[in-house]
Amino acid sequence: MSATQDVFPRIPDEHAELSLLDRAWQNGRGIFGWLSVTTHHAIGLRYIVTAFIMLLAGGVEALLMRTQLALPNSTLLGPDRYNEIFTTHGTTMMFLFAVPVMEGMAIYLVPMICGTRNVAFPRLNAFGYWMFLAGVLFLYWGVFTNAAPDMGWFAYSPLSGPQFTPGKRTDYWAQMITFTEVSALCVATELIATIFKMRAPRMSLNRIPLYVWSILVQSFMVIFAMPAVVIASSYLLSDRTVATHFVNPAEGGDPLMYQHMFWFFGHPEVYIIFLPALGFVSSIVVTNARRAIVGYPAMVLSLVANGFIAFGLWVHHMFATGLPQIGEAYFTASSMMIAITSGVQIFCWLATLWSGNVRVNTALHFVYGFLVIFVLGGLTGVMLASVPLDLQVHDTFFVVAHFHYVLIGGALFPLFGAFYHWFPKMTGRLMNERLGRINFWVLFIGFNVTFFPLHILGLRGMPRRIYTYLPEMGWGPLNLLATIGAWIIAIGGMLFIVNFFWSRRNGRIAGHNPWEAASLEWAAASPPKNYNFEFLPVATSRYPLWAQPEERTVVTGLRNDRREVLVTTLMEAEPHHRYVLPGSSIWPFLTAITVTVGFAGSVFNPWYIVWGSILSGIALTGWFWPRRPLELEP
Amino acid sequence: MSRWAGLGPVIAALFLTLAACATREQSALDPAGPQSGKIAALWWFFFWLLGVIFVLVMVVMLWTLVRREQTGTCEPKLQRTVTTASVATVIILLVLLVASITAGKATADLAKKPNPLTISVTGNQWWWQFRYLNSDPSQVLTTANEIHIPVGRSILLQGQSNDVIHSFWAPNLHGKRDLIPSRVTTEYIEADKPGIYRGQCAEFCGLQHAHMAFYVIAEPAGKFNAWMQAQLQPSLEPANPVLSQGQRAFLNYACVYCHQVRGTPAAGQNGPDLTHFGSRSTIAAGTLPNTPGNLGGWILNPQRIKPGTKMATVAVKPEDLQPMIQYLESLK
Repeated sequence: MSATQDVFPRIPDEHAELSLLDRAWQNGRGIFGWLSVTTHHAIGLRYIVTAFIMLLAGGVEALLMRTQLALPNSTLLGPDRYNEIFTTHGTTMMFLFAVPVMEGMAIYLVPMICGTRNVAFPRLNAFGYWMFLAGVLFLYWGVFTNAAPDMGWFAYSPLSGPQFTPGKRTDYWAQMITFTEVSALCVATELIATIFKMRAPRMSLNRIPLYVWSILVQSFMVIFAMPAVVIASSYLLSDRTVATHFVNPAEGGDPLMYQHMFWFFGHPEVYIIFLPALGFVSSIVVTNARRAIVGYPAMVLSLVANGFIAFGLWVHHMFATGLPQIGEAYFTASSMMIAITSGVQIFCWLATLWSGNVRVNTALHFVYGFLVIFVLGGLTGVMLASVPLDLQVHDTFFVVAHFHYVLIGGALFPLFGAFYHWFPKMTGRLMNERLGRINFWVLFIGFNVTFFPLHILGLRGMPRRIYTYLPEMGWGPLNLLATIGAWIIAIGGMLFIVNFFWSRRNGRIAGHNPWEAASLEWAAASPPKNYNFEFLPVATSRYPLWAQPEERTVVTGLRNDRREVLVTTLMEAEPHHRYVLPGSSIWPFLTAITVTVGFAGSVFNPWYIVWGSILSGIALTGWFWPRRPLELEP
Repeated sequence: MSRWAGLGPVIAALFLTLAACATREQSALDPAGPQSGKIAALWWFFFWLLGVIFVLVMVVMLWTLVRREQTGTCEPKLQRTVTTASVATVIILLVLLVASITAGKATADLAKKPNPLTISVTGNQWWWQFRYLNSDPSQVLTTANEIHIPVGRSILLQGQSNDVIHSFWAPNLHGKRDLIPSRVTTEYIEADKPGIYRGQCAEFCGLQHAHMAFYVIAEPAGKFNAWMQAQLQPSLEPANPVLSQGQRAFLNYACVYCHQVRGTPAAGQNGPDLTHFGSRSTIAAGTLPNTPGNLGGWILNPQRIKPGTKMATVAVKPEDLQPMIQYLESLK
């Protein structure tokens, strides 16, 4: 390990330049300092921790639902409570856990993997987090004041309209969308800018690690998909609050237009969650197969193709509404096409593992678990692409099984793998491997016991979103089995939490690069300093840390007394100019509060949009107030 | 890993046993019509082909663990293998695409059968209205939550909704068709053999989405025609004093604001038509078997049986309840 400790030249300890660098990147103290933080590690961790709390909330909701469904005619939950819980579960998992946690991981990792010191727009990054947090608090404020949404996470009109769900529940839900999507757009923008313009010198586009490629494609997808859902939920909200006629059929609006807009976002959303997970898998596979990925160009092209195709298949969520046959054929073909891009990546990973010198650690366990579950979920996805089959299994437990296979198998298993993989980087300690493996097997078995039976239930006629069922339907035994599985998953989650807290205190000290991985984040200290690298590294190959030590070079000549980074060219990452990033600032937090006043208030009174805009204008003036000379700003 | 391999068949056998417990009258895997038959055949084709692929991928995956080779295979060979596998994927997907479109077209072509029986299906929170359409208004039949259809004849369903989106789904006969307010959607179904097939709403529609079921009773043409003729008659006159008392009670309470009983002044249109209520097998849209006891419970406290239902709680006097139940059950 000592050989990899000093992979790049460093500034000697106690050196004056080091203390300059430390001071330039220091975060403020106290509550004011905490609210003003703009460094990417802190913001990334806030996303991850908040999203993880949301995972726990969504998990508790899932357990309540599964417990209710364990027996027929159960009266544990009434229909009203059950509808609130399944709506909140779906909403929480999709909007408040899955996307934000992937964003948090990217905010934490991408600048380090790209060999720079922060994201491109640090204050926007902080603002994005506060907006996300406001969305979380807004929705859960509704939940805890007995105003949880109860019309499904998709909120189809007219059920979500003013006639059928009066009160504020649906309004909270619709505005929560706006909060979280503003946040997602902030993150996507800054990550694209970081990846395009702040990569380490000579990290040309064909040397970017696959994880960064997946984040790049994902960020572009966010930019094209999220506006659709913001518009859809705004249509809904204005139909409800100011009686517009967008999607309310009672007023001449079109409920199918809402569905089209929702799924134009909703399907890409799945890949927005899933692509970063593919990046995790690539990172873990390369590191633990201890060889270069097989078919790097094929992997990159698959990711990019995935991003495009994902926008061409939303209608397969709407086959039951009735379509002309040519439309059905088109959307069947495009839905099947996405299996090609996923297939190519699976083959590349298998070939890499096949020819590599495989080290089986907990992270790789999760990758193998991912392969089993995701391949099965992908194959049921091919079934759903077929219109005749979809007409039978659509909106049944078969679909519930399918998307939990692709989302838990495809995203959550790689995410757990990623936690085990990068935990040493984030905390400086390794997670316990023995507990990790037990954790994996409990989750893997629990998952399959929960969700495999649901396929059969769906084919045997059990629709989704029913709060109970009659005993004579005969669905009882499989439901009971699924509920037992859900509790096993809960135990698996507990084991992870136990391992996390135990390892943070008692785990083995990790050092810079415990896995002998190849990408640049492993050249930083564990846990990283706020500035990541004392000298910005140069990427001499696709796997810079596997290069011979004499080939490792660094950038010199950046000033250490301010937050300087290097801006490089888009294609070849040639150094272009030095750039000074802003330091800590309270304004993103204050702006988020003013925007929140506008968004949250408008649910009750449309005039709050005006008051919110005025306040935001004042806050933005503070944010962009020129401060010169920049050098004096630490 | 090998420790668990033996569990596979055991688990599979367990699943199949448990699956066999489930009802066969609401199952996509027990087709009773040409549409569902074609879909089930397509399902098994997908199932076996994709099942083989799953097993192959898993074998290769486990092999990567068993191999543990120190010296890597040469790069071009690996890339050739990946390319071959990808091309195979494309070919398999094309096969599945053609199979799917062919099956879809064959299913759609079933609609070309002459002389279909047209039934209008209207979704309501949380019950179904069925109306047998006919150019002769005296032959138009309105009923609820239960339809009879003749075996072997194509049925055209015209779907619409009075409130939110519902979805008509009788899996033994065909896949789903959404019922969307402000639109009319269509679907053709047909039954191959006599039988009772259950269906239920498949698009989330609010509080009682779980209790919005219906029955399709397929019977030979002769039996169907007899049923149809009986249903077209107005309701039976009360045959004894108790039933007369029951009818009076029914007509005096708020029941008449929502329910119609043809042949009496009751002409409400908001709830299910009760003209031949006694001939139906369930109450509250498939929630309870149609027995006098269940009916009494349903009339006295519908919110307890179906929380959120739009059926009003009517304070029926104890002395009126039994005659009213008997009267309703007599409406065969």
